[in-house]
Amino acid sequence: MLKQVEGSFAVAEAIALCRPEVICAYPITAQTHIVERLSALVRAGELGNCQYINVESEFAALSVAIGASAAGARAYTATSSQGLLFMTEAVYNAAGLGLPIVMTIGNRAIGAPINIWNDHSDSMALRDAGWIQFHAETNQEAVDLHIQAFRLAERLSVPVMVCEDGFILTHAYERVDIPSREQVDAYLPPFEPVQVLDPSDPITMGAMVGPEAFAEVRYLAHHKHLQALDVIPEHAAEFARVFGRDSGGLIQPYRCEGAEMVIVALGSVLGTIKDVVDEMRDDGDTVGAVKIVSFRPFPMQALRAVLENAKRVVVVEKCLADGLGGIVVGSVRMALRGLSMPIHTIIAGLGGRAITKASLRRAFDAAAADKLDDPHFLDLDREVVNRELARTRERRRSGPIAENILREIGLVGGKPV
Amino acid sequence: MTQRIKFYQTGTFTIGNRLLDAEKRTVQATLDRSNSLTSGHRACQGCGEALGARSVVDAAMRAANNRLIAVNATGCLEVFSTPYPESSWQLPWVHSLFGNAPAVATGVMAALRAKGRDDVRVLAQGGDGGTVDIGFGCLSGMFERNDDVLYVCYDNEAYMNTGVQRSSRTPPAARTATTPAVGDPAGNVFGQGKNPALIAMAHGIPYVATASVADLHDLEAKVMTAMAVHGARYIHVHVPCPLGWGAQPRDTIRLARLAVETGLFPLFAAEHGEVIDTTPIRDKRPVAEYLEPQRRFAHLFRPERNDEALASIQRIADRNIEKFGLLG
Repeated sequence: MLKQVEGSFAVAEAIALCRPEVICAYPITAQTHIVERLSALVRAGELGNCQYINVESEFAALSVAIGASAAGARAYTATSSQGLLFMTEAVYNAAGLGLPIVMTIGNRAIGAPINIWNDHSDSMALRDAGWIQFHAETNQEAVDLHIQAFRLAERLSVPVMVCEDGFILTHAYERVDIPSREQVDAYLPPFEPVQVLDPSDPITMGAMVGPEAFAEVRYLAHHKHLQALDVIPEHAAEFARVFGRDSGGLIQPYRCEGAEMVIVALGSVLGTIKDVVDEMRDDGDTVGAVKIVSFRPFPMQALRAVLENAKRVVVVEKCLADGLGGIVVGSVRMALRGLSMPIHTIIAGLGGRAITKASLRRAFDAAAADKLDDPHFLDLDREVVNRELARTRERRRSGPIAENILREIGLVGGKPV
Repeated sequence: MTQRIKFYQTGTFTIGNRLLDAEKRTVQATLDRSNSLTSGHRACQGCGEALGARSVVDAAMRAANNRLIAVNATGCLEVFSTPYPESSWQLPWVHSLFGNAPAVATGVMAALRAKGRDDVRVLAQGGDGGTVDIGFGCLSGMFERNDDVLYVCYDNEAYMNTGVQRSSRTPPAARTATTPAVGDPAGNVFGQGKNPALIAMAHGIPYVATASVADLHDLEAKVMTAMAVHGARYIHVHVPCPLGWGAQPRDTIRLARLAVETGLFPLFAAEHGEVIDTTPIRDKRPVAEYLEPQRRFAHLFRPERNDEALASIQRIADRNIEKFGLLG
């Protein structure tokens, strides 16, 4: 049914349709509205016997999900930013135990400086924790990916994160087609765990494994991700049959036919990028874009197949590896190894900095003219940076950088700019 | 209620079963005990934790009609019982992390509730480090929500699994790998202490008790009492560690009993935040008698006796005796 709703509301409706049995919640911006809506649904009795647990930390939230999943329940939680990092140990543990938990990430920057707005630093920090990572472009896709996430998680017994951009998606009102219960039931079978804590058939889970078998256990986790590369497109195709729309999959190319330059990105920024691609196409530039839906497992072959004939690749990413540059670009380079086209990195949107069409167009034009620095920091205010660098050179006790810059640009007690 | 039978007539707590009616004997004394932590595990000789856990889990299994799921924190108990590919556990058992056992247990409970499985109970267990230090946030959360979990802490007063480092349960003056017996003060500091049973009681949960492996009748009775009620329950069991304490394996029970009889480890039970039962000290012993056989306290006795430190520790014991009215 078509509804004009907030993104978090839509995701909560999707989770509810998946018949979760245990939901654990701890508030952190930007995911909070999702668990608020779910608590209302549980209280209203719309989720049957579903248990909604208000916990005392994100570490506990995922730990409760671990216990619930180990006991055979379909378990869900959501977090963002510092919350994801606070539960890091449990994130690895859930994957190591092979528990098919689904978790929403309302993508948000990591402090310090503390910042509640969107970038991908949080989920990127946990990219190699053994979870499948989906990135949604729109709230419709966020809804659809959550439904696919439970199916995939339970089929392979692997946890899945569905990442959606904080505020940009979680707090945006847009039209979303909320599926019917019949559709979801037809697509998502009841949870049949491969391992379960059951007094009728006692097992030990979480035993200590030494050098004699650890590599094999870890390899099999890798193997699951390789399997997922086949299963994800299969599930997306089946999703299209049941729900009547394409959603998910490993990657989604946009106007890549004959494209000399292809832009690669994740999440909601694709909307802006596609607009820029359209404009550049109108201007006669052969440009396309590729959305990476599944960042883990990384769709090495699918991406190469789309990019191998491009003359230039530009990766736009909302995260930064200090001293190195991009994070996504490293995996893109692996997908394109042996090919000689230039591969650019644009670091954009850190801490919620708006990514405008104009800025992207300038950067893409510079890349096409081979004049883009690498990595390129989109809309970085070099003057502010240089003045702060000068200050730190002048005085040993130059003070905290974040506060200096806020004063400099007139946001805190300083002169207006 | 705690079993009121005392064994003064035998002078020991260990042979009393023969004097009891069959239904009052310990679960350990019966042929049909579940033996849930079965033999062949890798615990050290004289391990107090293995002894305590065996009694606790078998009693809990009896109370739950063998419908029990156990959650374990990282620690000695986890490591010595589950070296891959072997497991000593004869019940469904899961280990996740060091500091999250209470939350994992909540999750198991929630799953059972979601599935309408009111026949299955949940037990969580960990050492003092996993419970009182790194897991304390999760433990407090579990208490505050009054989740239907029995949590048992086996307190051997340091991080034994990692090689005897100080925990917040390490007693004053004790030597550990991170509180060496040099300088002033030698060994662990005389701090304010941290009493998890009293903190558990402050949550107002239905049942809290302390217990000792020196009195397995009392320990089992407290497990049975705890299992007879629902909601969050906490039992704190004192379990000597021969390796970490520098004591003889044969002295595990003797030291556990001396800890009780000096007043250093008071035995009590509480319901909804109020103490309802204490175990009186029948033969009060000076703390030096408990401390001297342990190498972790050797510096209090050699090369010369540290009367000041011993007097401080005696004051702690005397305060406990007064606070809980242990001399009747």
